[in-house]
Amino acid sequence: MKLTAEEQDMLQGAYGRAVQKAMQILVALGTIYEAEAMVAVSSVQVAGVSYDNLGEAGLEFLEEMAGGGGKVRVLTTLNPAGMDIENWQAMGIDPVFAAQQQRVIDAFTRMGIIPTCSCTPYLFGNTPLFGEHIAWSESSAVCYANSVLGARSNREGGPSALAAAITGRTPCYGFHLEQKRYPTITFDIKVPISGTYAFGVLGKVVGDWMESCSPKPVPYLMGVSSASLEELKSLSASIATYGGAALFHIPGVTPEASCFSPPEEKIVITRDDLARAAESLNDVGEEQVDFISLGCPHLSLREVARIAELLAGRRVRKTFWITTSRPVKRIADSMGYTRVIEEAGAIFAVDTCCVVAPIKGRFRALATDSAKACFYATAKNGFKTRLLPFDRVVEEALL
Amino acid sequence: MKLRGRTIFPGCVKGEALVTLQGISFFGGVDPATGEIVEKGHELEGKSVAGKVLVFPSGKGSTVGSYTLYRLKKNGMAPLAVINAECETITAVGCIIAEIPCIDRIPINRLQTGCSVVVDARHGEVEVIDATRE
Repeated sequence: MKLTAEEQDMLQGAYGRAVQKAMQILVALGTIYEAEAMVAVSSVQVAGVSYDNLGEAGLEFLEEMAGGGGKVRVLTTLNPAGMDIENWQAMGIDPVFAAQQQRVIDAFTRMGIIPTCSCTPYLFGNTPLFGEHIAWSESSAVCYANSVLGARSNREGGPSALAAAITGRTPCYGFHLEQKRYPTITFDIKVPISGTYAFGVLGKVVGDWMESCSPKPVPYLMGVSSASLEELKSLSASIATYGGAALFHIPGVTPEASCFSPPEEKIVITRDDLARAAESLNDVGEEQVDFISLGCPHLSLREVARIAELLAGRRVRKTFWITTSRPVKRIADSMGYTRVIEEAGAIFAVDTCCVVAPIKGRFRALATDSAKACFYATAKNGFKTRLLPFDRVVEEALL
Repeated sequence: MKLRGRTIFPGCVKGEALVTLQGISFFGGVDPATGEIVEKGHELEGKSVAGKVLVFPSGKGSTVGSYTLYRLKKNGMAPLAVINAECETITAVGCIIAEIPCIDRIPINRLQTGCSVVVDARHGEVEVIDATRE
């Protein structure tokens, strides 16, 4: 790899231990993926925040990086933590866990990272522009930034995103390169798709198809005539979870699609394919749903407003988590949505979500509109799942 | 016999090889307290990576696995060195933060469990000392 004089100095330790370690990580990744040089990044999103996933080792590493003088050089935001930072007691979080989680947040904050604790940084100010080079972890946000915003990011892990934040660089390979962003396979969707639920199911069908492919194809989705921010957020999360996708194109919807013609290799997606995928995420059977969660990825303001509309004057009868970012919650507070939702008995779990919170053993069956949440509910927590359209998830809470 | 590969993280060690032709998932697949491989059905299940030159084709699973290598090192249960056919992000980042010598692009089918090897990760070389085990 060709390094600039400044990058060489970073690698030799002239900027301290943390910067040196960060540059070692980036050079090794650049070597593995045969990058010719580094590229400057303007924005970073760091994942690996929940103490439930990091454990003591992850925490030690972060404290070592903070102690070694690591300071971010670019706008850097943080993924969800394992708890609501301001209101963890109400979530039933163990105080020992809470203390360790706070140490994780403190280490990140010492390095200059903004503890947004959200998987939707693009909704409140960490919003890269078309063509901008960024280094994001959080697979759903990477997929959204590449596909919907037209920014350029590989799928980073927690440490490599942190390394990019501390050096302001990332190795220039993969989705940073024009020629790696071409679509390589067409999916022809023969059914109208609408709502976060249906877009999540579509993401699972395409993702399952991609899962075993090496290298990963870039899908070109034909037959989707329009999509909202919320629908694209859901599709991004699902296609990244099930297929490891970092980029997709939808003609007429995403910004780069018009640069390309549809790839010749074509897979047809039928109503049956979608029904089978939806069915596979509904294994509750006779079991009672005892946990409801909306907000994977974190809810937009429009979604919180809709929940308030549906819950006004009603009473929920199951544990119902509303997971969103702190900025959206603050607006919901001033709009009166929070009061309506809390009066109905639902709980705001801000800064966290049902994927990263330590809830194994607390529930048996989850109802959600998120195909991604279903995957982790099963794999990480052993819950049964019921995947439903957004409004029907709210109804399920009232039963 | 000398094999030549690519440096991922430098360092020079001598030790006994523990070889598998199956991928390793460090997160959930290796116990960070004991170094034991705990992945159900893995051909090295029950074996410990501690103090061994760990040879496997490539890492797999969650990116949090990088932290497992770091934790193994802190607990004194890390492998002495790692040799891969094709290194990927999880193992590379784990070896760097834990400072474990690591080489890839080695024809790992020429190494066997129990053979004695010198890993010169700085120069990307592996030397098999105990040729009787080849």
